[in-house]
Amino acid sequence: MVSCPVCGPKCSICCTVISLWGIIMLTLMGVFYQIHSPGLFEDIPLAEGDWEHHNYTISYIHEKYEQAAVNCFIAAGIYVFFFFFSFYQQCLNSRSNYETN
Amino acid sequence: MGSLLRSEEMTLCQLFLQSEAAYACVSELGELGLVQFRDLNPNVNAFQRKFVNEVRRCDEMERKLRFLEKEIKKDGIPMLDTGDNPDAPVPREMIDLEATFEKLESEMKEVNANSEALKRNFLELTELKHILRKTQTFFDEAIHDPTLTDEAVGLLGEEIQRAGQALKLGFVAGVILREKIPAFERMLWRVCRGNVFLRQAEIETPLEDPITGDQVRKTVFIIFFQGDQLKSRVKKICEGFRATLYPCPETPSDRREMAIGVMTRIEDLNTVLGQTQDHRHRVLVAAAKNIKVWFIKVHKIKAIYHTLNMFNLDVTQKCLIAECWCPVTDLDRIQQALRRGNERSGSSVPSILNRMHTKEEPPTYNRTNKFTEVFQSMVDSYGVATYREINPAPYTIISFPFLFAMMFGDTGHGTIMFLFALYMVIREKALQARKIENEIWDIFFNGRYIILLMGAFSIYTGLIYNDIFSRGVNIFGSSWNPNNKTYSEHVLEGWTTIKVEPNETCFKGPYPLGLDPIWQHSENKITVTNSFKMKVSVIFGVTQMLFGVALSLLNHRYFRKPLNIFCEFIPQLIFMCSIFGYLIILIFVKWTHFTSKDSSSAPNLLIGLINMFLMTYPENDKNPSVHTFYPGQKGFQIFLVVLAVLCVPWMLLVKPLLLRHWIRHGQQRHAGTYYLLNGEVPEVVHHSDNDTEEEDEEEPFDFGETLIHQGIHTIEYCLGCISHTASYLRLWALSLAHAQLSEVLWGMVMSTVLRMDGLYGAFLLVPVFTVWAFLTLIILVVMEGLSAFLHALRLHWVEFQSKFYTGQGYKFMPFSFDNLMDYSLEEK
Repeated sequence: MVSCPVCGPKCSICCTVISLWGIIMLTLMGVFYQIHSPGLFEDIPLAEGDWEHHNYTISYIHEKYEQAAVNCFIAAGIYVFFFFFSFYQQCLNSRSNYETN
Repeated sequence: MGSLLRSEEMTLCQLFLQSEAAYACVSELGELGLVQFRDLNPNVNAFQRKFVNEVRRCDEMERKLRFLEKEIKKDGIPMLDTGDNPDAPVPREMIDLEATFEKLESEMKEVNANSEALKRNFLELTELKHILRKTQTFFDEAIHDPTLTDEAVGLLGEEIQRAGQALKLGFVAGVILREKIPAFERMLWRVCRGNVFLRQAEIETPLEDPITGDQVRKTVFIIFFQGDQLKSRVKKICEGFRATLYPCPETPSDRREMAIGVMTRIEDLNTVLGQTQDHRHRVLVAAAKNIKVWFIKVHKIKAIYHTLNMFNLDVTQKCLIAECWCPVTDLDRIQQALRRGNERSGSSVPSILNRMHTKEEPPTYNRTNKFTEVFQSMVDSYGVATYREINPAPYTIISFPFLFAMMFGDTGHGTIMFLFALYMVIREKALQARKIENEIWDIFFNGRYIILLMGAFSIYTGLIYNDIFSRGVNIFGSSWNPNNKTYSEHVLEGWTTIKVEPNETCFKGPYPLGLDPIWQHSENKITVTNSFKMKVSVIFGVTQMLFGVALSLLNHRYFRKPLNIFCEFIPQLIFMCSIFGYLIILIFVKWTHFTSKDSSSAPNLLIGLINMFLMTYPENDKNPSVHTFYPGQKGFQIFLVVLAVLCVPWMLLVKPLLLRHWIRHGQQRHAGTYYLLNGEVPEVVHHSDNDTEEEDEEEPFDFGETLIHQGIHTIEYCLGCISHTASYLRLWALSLAHAQLSEVLWGMVMSTVLRMDGLYGAFLLVPVFTVWAFLTLIILVVMEGLSAFLHALRLHWVEFQSKFYTGQGYKFMPFSFDNLMDYSLEEK
């Protein structure tokens, strides 16, 4: 039985919880960006003067919203990968723990 | 089922126990855990008591058990903890236990001594083995190194042969700790002036020190020298450095022979050592199965004898007399336990439980369950309630998490807290069984229900403040709806920010829940939330203080002190209401009666309050902030101020003067009234022989003292009202700090990445989110949570409880086996 090589029991639990949090929160944020939530207006990639360049059109803002949404979804996807990885680590840990007992 | 509002009604009881049944009865009472025994021989030294021998024997047994436990831990044998709770053994069993422990201990000691001797032997042999092996290589090198001999021959020729004939080189070999080598070498060099030759080789495998059991690393050395004088010097140095010297034969054949002998002896020793270890292991494994149960048994016996030591002996020596406090509602259960104890001991004469009357203050006993326990302990850590006083704990259950949440208002942080507590509550049994020995974990785990409530309430206040990790959500759609006439595309063009005029926007009525999300983007958000949070803080603070004053009425009524109602409660209530109750009404008036159109002409509340006391009412001031709310405000406010000021002498003087009047005129006639007013109904007290110290006389009435006491009380209350109301503003201040901190964290960490153009922002988001999550946990949830917790605690202890709570009782500490304390002879 190969015991976990990367992180210990506490570390893996911590990583699992953080990545679970990351998945939920980043997915939700992605959804909110997708529906153009005004609460996130200050957090969209909008450069100074850029908007002026586009004559303050709403479509430009929407485009930026969707870009941020994609970013969030990608990050959430990476966290899904992390989640499975750390969850697997945790399983290995608990199994080796069980065996030593 | 007792109520949490007041502590349990307690009674002092006298117990007559037959000598032979006493042990069994006390053991039953210990299992029950509802009786607090009083020490009836406080003047007797712990060593002069009746059962001192038994307690001492228990101490001895404990010592042996601890020794065994240490040995078991040393060998890493798991101790079986079945979690069962054996009954206290009968006194006869104590002898058996003692014999068992004695046998085990002597066996262990013997085994240990044997194995130590064997190990020392083993160590010596191993060292010798290493010496023989290493020195062999030294000698071999000397003989077989052709270059060395060639060179020596070439350079010095005959001389060396001559010297070799004349002076025979002597040598000693030994073993020394590796870290001592450099000093050893230097010392040899200096003392022998460089006339010795030292060779050394490290022993690769660490050796075990037989006494301490540590692993030590050692080095083999061999020293060549010339002549006896140097030999004695070298030997002395070796001694000084605690090096062990071993005889080493000079000829190779002898050495080989010796090495073979040593090897065979090591083999033999190894088998013997293995057998000793096996034996030791068997003994310890057998002991490990029972050791927890034995510990509990011994603890129980000791606790029982310790309790029996507090009893009085009857003149006839036939029975023991005990005095104890117990809850009135549980007298039946105590009687039953006594009966069980009697049956167990087979005594024919029953034990007698006799209620006694006393003037002494009984202990405070609040029956709690796992949910209320933590709240009760929070109240108790300020001061244990006076007997039968109103207990603030039931109100704290709701008000504490609420005040906390007002300072910690963020749905996101509240959710984290709530989920963490929920995990602890759901996995309660499993976590308890795991017995995690960590102080910080213990604090969180014991407070799991309070954290659960704090989290839930924070989620609610977060929704009201519209803060989720400092961002707002737009659930119902903002009520600010700029109509197209004023804010047409044409107007909006060229502006990135715009002033939204409330009068010109289509206002759909208030946002259904909490703060309108549009405030998040406004520049004057802090101004608006400050005004809102400050007013809310004052409203909740004054309400809580008024509630505290109201609770004091229940206390006065319960303790039958009508004088306190008329001379303290009523003026206190009027004082508070006429200043701060009025302020609350004005706050609501200002909220409801001013629309966006005339909001600029609304009077200022703080200036209004100051002017109310200064009694300045400027008539024709242009500044709208000093205007009045309603006609006739001047007259009404002057009336309120006068009323409040009149309350001060009322609180201060009326009670002492009235008391003096009654005492002076018609002492005979009103003596009863005096007692009645002070809540102490004289009653017939049956004193037993031993409690003579309670016989203190009623203190004579001292007018000056009463006046001073009343004065302190009055000043404290009047100043307190003002300073405490101001103190409740911490609800606003901490809430502001929390909101700003989380806003800054979001803006500095998350927002910078979210605002990045392009796909690489997505990959940067992953580590940045982790950083943000950790910072949120550490700073915003743990640290801010702790500070909000402490402030909420202070608001309860100082601002709320000072209105009605004296907290001068002492806690009921029942004799119980559940919390086995360390009863030892040196306890007092």
